Amino acid sequence: MNNMENMIGAKALMTAMEKEGVKQVFGLPGGANLPMYDEFARCNIRHILARHEQSAAHMADGFGRVSRKPGVCFATSGPGATNILTGIATAQADSAPMVAVTGQVSVAMIGKDAFQESDIIGMANPVVKYAFQPRDAAEIPEVVKKGFFIAETGRPGPVLIDIPKDVQQNEAEMVFPDEFKIQGYHPWSDPDIVNVEKAIDMLLHSQKPVILAGGGAIISSAFAELQAVAETLMLPVVTTFKGKGAFPENHPLSLGPIGMHGHAEANKIMTEADCVLAIGTRFSDRSVGTFEEFEKGLKIIHMDVDPAEIGKNQTAQLAVVGDVRVSLRIMVKLLLQKAIKKTEETPWVKHVKETKAYWQENLKLHPGEMGAAKILRKLRELLPKESIITTEVGQHQMWASLFYDVIQPGTFFSSTGLGTMGWGFPAAIGAKVARPDVPVVDIAGDGSFAMTENSLATAVLEDIPVIVFVLNNFTLGMVAQWQRTFYDRRMIGVDQGKCPDYVKLAQSYGAQGIRAQSMDELDKAIRDALSSDVATVIDIPIDPEEDVLPFVAPGTSLKEMILPS
Amino acid sequence: MWAILSILVENKPGILFKVTHLFRARNFNIDSISVGVTENPDYSKMTITTYGDEKQVDQIVKQLDKMIDTVKVEHLDEHKTVFRELSIFKIKLSNANDSMEINKLANAYGGKVHDVKKDSIMVELTATPDQIKAFEELAKPFGIIDVARTGVAALQRSGSS
Ligand SMILES: Cc1ncc(C[n+]2csc(CCOP(=O)(O)OP(=O)(O)O)c2C)c(N)n1
Repeated sequence: MNNMENMIGAKALMTAMEKEGVKQVFGLPGGANLPMYDEFARCNIRHILARHEQSAAHMADGFGRVSRKPGVCFATSGPGATNILTGIATAQADSAPMVAVTGQVSVAMIGKDAFQESDIIGMANPVVKYAFQPRDAAEIPEVVKKGFFIAETGRPGPVLIDIPKDVQQNEAEMVFPDEFKIQGYHPWSDPDIVNVEKAIDMLLHSQKPVILAGGGAIISSAFAELQAVAETLMLPVVTTFKGKGAFPENHPLSLGPIGMHGHAEANKIMTEADCVLAIGTRFSDRSVGTFEEFEKGLKIIHMDVDPAEIGKNQTAQLAVVGDVRVSLRIMVKLLLQKAIKKTEETPWVKHVKETKAYWQENLKLHPGEMGAAKILRKLRELLPKESIITTEVGQHQMWASLFYDVIQPGTFFSSTGLGTMGWGFPAAIGAKVARPDVPVVDIAGDGSFAMTENSLATAVLEDIPVIVFVLNNFTLGMVAQWQRTFYDRRMIGVDQGKCPDYVKLAQSYGAQGIRAQSMDELDKAIRDALSSDVATVIDIPIDPEEDVLPFVAPGTSLKEMILPS
Repeated sequence: MWAILSILVENKPGILFKVTHLFRARNFNIDSISVGVTENPDYSKMTITTYGDEKQVDQIVKQLDKMIDTVKVEHLDEHKTVFRELSIFKIKLSNANDSMEINKLANAYGGKVHDVKKDSIMVELTATPDQIKAFEELAKPFGIIDVARTGVAALQRSGSS
């Protein structure tokens, strides 16, 4: 065999990753992954140093969501590996492609409670798509090949490769396979055309049809197809929060996200609909409220790449299993063939447009100059449409859902599944590495930013100029809102004080720090950030008591939406 | 509904953990479980019995199917399947007639008697879970000292799929 080469495991790892097209990894070294780190000196892969392994994973996640190729993160064994777990679980909950490579103690020490040993395979198994632990250096090339394949195909997800230190160091005859077989893995199935036909029929025969687009529509980039179906059949489009921006939010048929913090008009129309074409969604409780109430009187057509999602949370009358882009393509083709095109506005579409206009006019916004809506609309106004947004978790995230319209599909990313505070900033760094040509902005709260703010070091030293947009209410705002609403204003554990000063903090890292206390200052700050070539933190003090409304309380249905009074 | 699931998995360490963990994490229940290597040493077969309505069982099968280490997952039709469980009962002998009575009972259920002592007797029974339960009910009055049961092993009959 001519493609056999003698080398150590660590080198085989790098070679295999180069073959997968990996250009950079995000990580932090330690004793148990030093043989791998040593190879960075001899390969063409850039190592980007994170300041915490959780952030390294979020960076890889952000890179993966934007590029659709697995982002790669590295950590040492023991605490390095456990630190990375939150990042892995976050990627799993949002089906983001990722490969995490951890060092492990030597094979002979496994199970001996060795220094910095942790059973990371055991801990990670529930939150990875798959985990490998090669026990022989010669396994590494195939493990890497399989790992990348599993991470990015079908419903994407994180793959963990845990490599014992001696396996990194041992030499072996390495074979880099082009082909391999994973018996129990069937990531693709062709959508059943007959079912797509039936779906068209169901949509045509319903009075009040809507499209509900989820994260799957974004993951498979089904944007053009989705728009074609919506326009041809004149279907109003609501999304889940994860599906936000799968459809241009300035389109007349767009209603925005449904759910706990969905748009009032989207929730209203969703509850009135009699038939829904659900695309790539798991019907999360945050999106649909109580399961029983949601499906009442609603015919569900469920398109998903993951057969296990069918019937998990909602009973579908019709399922189309397969990549949703492929399924929608078939639908578009059939519609063309059958010359089906709605040209006249149905009473339903008219009603939808009226509902949307009503709620947009009657939105009760914060009266102050620096209310969340005005701040986010200013950001939207000044950002080019192709800009990429990440968010943290909290009120700011939901204000972004409500007031920041995604115009170019697939440019909005958030930790919606696990709801991980601290995700947005490192994910923005990863996103910027994937797309250095467009502005990348993390919409943050002060609490979330505090969790991974040390990634400023990475952004500055590695020259990755992202913008952090801190809606600073000096409190863990979303928790504070719940305490105001459900716990009789007993405010426990939410006060973030005025510390730190984010402007000075940014400056101390060598980043640009700007405080914006008026709309004029904000306007200037955003322009400055956009023209700057270093990372910029814009600190925007806001009213700590501003609530996110409308709101669907947990355990209730979309019908019971709480509106601003 | 009681369901018998037959799961062919790769014979690798850690897979039993993953399968059982899936049940726990997804809030499903395992009624019984048995695992053994197949005629091909690369594979093991797990038989898991569980309870759930049709929708739940369907979900369990789909989630198991999604696992990368599972090669084949089947929900077996009870009526087209041979399924057995092995149980061993240690039963108390209180008076002279007990031993004979228990022997008769064991015979009636196709069981075997082992380790007859002055004050106890062991019965080995290979039967369906229902039959084992019935035997248990009948043996109870004598006093059951201990019992060990395997999970169900099951194979679909030929000619049915
Ligand atoms: C890691 C983590 N810990 C705790 C929570 C619970 N939580 C949800 S929102 C929130 C407050 C977020 O505060 P901040 O980032 O300041 O945003 P705000 O709500 O004020 O906009 C908390 C603590 C979480 N989502 N993630």
